[in-house]
Amino acid sequence: MLDAIQSPAQATYWFIQGRILFSILALIGTACFIYIAAKRLAPLMKGQRDPRFDRPFLRLGRLLQYWFLQWRHPRFIGAGILHILIFAGFITLVIRTGSLMTLGIAGASAEPAVPSLLSRIYSTFADYAGTVVFFCMVVAVVRRLVFKPARYAVPARYGKARTADAVFLLALIAILMGADALFDGARAAAQFQLVQPVESLAIFSLPWMVKNALIFTPVPILQNLHLGAYLTHQLAFFFLLCYRPFGIQFHVETSFFSIYFAKLDRGTVKPVRWGVSDDRLDQVKSFGVKNFEDFTWKHILDFYSCADCGRCSDQCPANAVGRPLSPRFISVKGRDYAFRHYPVLGQSHNGQPLVGNVYSEEEIWSCTTCGACEAECPLFIEQIDKIVDLRRGLVDDGKVPQSLQKPLKALESRGNPYGKMEKKRADWVKDKDFQQACTVRILNGKPGADTLYFVDSITSYDDRIQSIGRATAKILTRIGTNFGILGAAEKDSGHEVRRFGEEMLFMALRDHNSDAIKASGVQRIVTNDPHAYNALKHDYKDMPPVEHISQTIAREVKSGGIAFEPLPDDGSVYTYHDPCYLGRHNGIYDDPREVLDAIPGLKRVEMPRSRDRSFCCGSGGLALFYEPKEEQRMGVVRVRMAAEAGANVIVTACPFCMVNIEDAIKVAGMEGRMTAIDITELVDRQVCVERAVSPLASC
Amino acid sequence: MEILVCAKRVPDTSENEIELDRAGTGIESDELVYSINEPDNYAVEEALQLVDRAGGSVTVATVGSEDDEEILRREMAMGAHNAVLLSDEAFEGSDGRGTAAVLKAFVGKGKYDLILTGVQADDGAAQVGGMLAAMLDYPFAALVNSIEVLDGGKLKIAREIEGGNREVSEIDLPCVLSIQTGINEPRYVGMRGIRQVASREIPTYDSSDLGIDPDTVGEAAAKVKRLDYFIPALGKGAEMLEGSPEEIAGKLVELLKVKGGLN
Repeated sequence: MLDAIQSPAQATYWFIQGRILFSILALIGTACFIYIAAKRLAPLMKGQRDPRFDRPFLRLGRLLQYWFLQWRHPRFIGAGILHILIFAGFITLVIRTGSLMTLGIAGASAEPAVPSLLSRIYSTFADYAGTVVFFCMVVAVVRRLVFKPARYAVPARYGKARTADAVFLLALIAILMGADALFDGARAAAQFQLVQPVESLAIFSLPWMVKNALIFTPVPILQNLHLGAYLTHQLAFFFLLCYRPFGIQFHVETSFFSIYFAKLDRGTVKPVRWGVSDDRLDQVKSFGVKNFEDFTWKHILDFYSCADCGRCSDQCPANAVGRPLSPRFISVKGRDYAFRHYPVLGQSHNGQPLVGNVYSEEEIWSCTTCGACEAECPLFIEQIDKIVDLRRGLVDDGKVPQSLQKPLKALESRGNPYGKMEKKRADWVKDKDFQQACTVRILNGKPGADTLYFVDSITSYDDRIQSIGRATAKILTRIGTNFGILGAAEKDSGHEVRRFGEEMLFMALRDHNSDAIKASGVQRIVTNDPHAYNALKHDYKDMPPVEHISQTIAREVKSGGIAFEPLPDDGSVYTYHDPCYLGRHNGIYDDPREVLDAIPGLKRVEMPRSRDRSFCCGSGGLALFYEPKEEQRMGVVRVRMAAEAGANVIVTACPFCMVNIEDAIKVAGMEGRMTAIDITELVDRQVCVERAVSPLASC
Repeated sequence: MEILVCAKRVPDTSENEIELDRAGTGIESDELVYSINEPDNYAVEEALQLVDRAGGSVTVATVGSEDDEEILRREMAMGAHNAVLLSDEAFEGSDGRGTAAVLKAFVGKGKYDLILTGVQADDGAAQVGGMLAAMLDYPFAALVNSIEVLDGGKLKIAREIEGGNREVSEIDLPCVLSIQTGINEPRYVGMRGIRQVASREIPTYDSSDLGIDPDTVGEAAAKVKRLDYFIPALGKGAEMLEGSPEEIAGKLVELLKVKGGLN
């Protein structure tokens, strides 16, 4: 009988002393990992410039929130809690893993004879952490194999299901945890039998259970289990370390960097080339992303970081209506290509153009840039900038869908996508009834007002949407704003022109408008169009402060400048549809809701998909001209959501939402049961004619 | 294969509101925006695709004035290798025969295997292609919507005929073809492309360069003169079909059958 249990460092494994065996194993494992990681780093070095080293404190704060505290995970409650538990377990086990490693190399002498209080507390935590991770693996495997959440499914066009990979990975981690528990449990059982001080194991933890299960097992067997468990643990650990850079499991390492270097400025689009000023763009040989190395290093890092969790595609409206786009596979296909193109063993192969080989043109044009995917991603993977860059590459090669060529040409020659005459841009103010209620000053690039109402193309020219323009002007007049419009001097804001990849045309429109705005000498800008709002705020430079009309109204409501007539009780139930470029891209969720809630008698319900989970109506600008392949319209899906929430009036705050939703009501055959109204039209209809004087005033 | 595409700059019908001028024999041109005649753009795209497959170069020519350079630049940005402007005061006011005579003189200065024109100009009468072929004594095919290069200096071409049927022919090179829209999907030309060719020289040929007697072209020599130009009076309003979607669809099918839209 043994008088004490041997530690792995002292033991002999097939004639090799444990200390030597584990030193060699650690050396080989670490060397392999460094080699593989270096190979994975190589494409990042070939990627384009991307300055992400600014604002370190902000970045650290976000790292703490989104990486360490896993802020976005509970948005999917089941998977989220599971992930938080596993993540917390991994973090806790870092020290444990290190001390286990030392144990195999330095032997038990590395440990103090009497463990300190701190180390006893830690060891309790570690026992539970391993246990939690082990059982989370079991739950995760059951989820994958039995419950099969829909978002993990791989549609045939994107290749094979990845369930086997996922289960293999989960099993590996479970083995790691199990081996650790067996290592401790077997030793504790042996110590018990040898009447030695028994290492205390946390009650009901996995090692504790193992100890109790093995309590009467003969000591030599326990000795072998103890040593075998250690070998298994070390093999599994180093295998896992070197296996991670081959798939989704790489996010364990890369997520830290992806979140630290995440994009900080929402609503913006990356420039064509970082570090190349607008006036030097002509010297850039090729625009956008055509080959893999045209991506920035951060975007390549994104491909590595994607954990294939499917949350982006679960939220993506394009995916929901059967368009040939699933953001998850933008990342997955990007990663697969990167691994194929830059293999760990051997030389990198000649690259192929991405569109046509990895992505399809339709896939790239199907995105509405609504941002639902980015709002969801726990790892802050950027999709919109990649899509825009891929589109820039297509535009540069002349590969623009025929349906978009005419509006683009019209934007170039007439400054609006409809090809309407410039001189008719302000014709919407000429409506007779409207002119009696309100006069709109046309600045035409000359001074004369404090505030500019930037109308943009759809509100200027679309017969239906002009009514939103008139409502906006009436509201501005009512609250006593000294405002004017640019008239024929205004051109399209170019918001979608830029997001559809036509950067030079966007720049021409932006420069024209910027000059006209500066010449008019206004101190602030108001617009009813969230797309124009986003363009003026994020795409234009040195503009006066910009406001969406819903913000203006909300402020007036709070200060008592506007009060409302009560709505009749006619069974109307309102719901507010968040426009993507007001909500997700600019965080304006509450102002429009506060305005609605200030209208007496307005009954409002929320759709489950609201605020940063709002479901895109189908998008605007050039997207209205694009003819996607889809099974149904996004607007129709959205209108049905409103009906399911119990609403019969959809309030929105974007002219494109209005076009899409009104069309969708007709397509869905819900005319008479559902109506749509813009927030400005509702406010204009309900506003008290007598101007209120105090915050408490009512009609 | 050396290909010449004859192109024309026209007021873009989708981006203009056409108003008559005071004389009533033309349109008000103050605020018009122009673009390349759409079928001509398809012809250039087809020429570029042929050259991609069979080698050679593409030259785009237009008869006009300095203003017309804008479409030549656009087509160069698309990929056309050369562009020429055939411009002379003496050419102004030419009828179809006059324009064809100018083009014929230019063709005589080079060596082209294939000459393409658009099927017709938005503001034209589909004359120039056919007349040019006759003057050159080249074979001519109109309304072409597919081209395939065969061995031995021949092309296999197709056109759509009434009722959606297709007619396939073989034609000897050199020849003149008038190209129908829909033959391909023309590539997009952005502002960047146009800027990249902004400094390229566009040679101009006048009547003496081309060896044309000024008296044989232009307004004075035109044998077809426009007398009048009018915008037809609006007809009666459209007929609105009413009923359930199924009833509307049924009525629509009936109407299409009666009016010959369905066979």
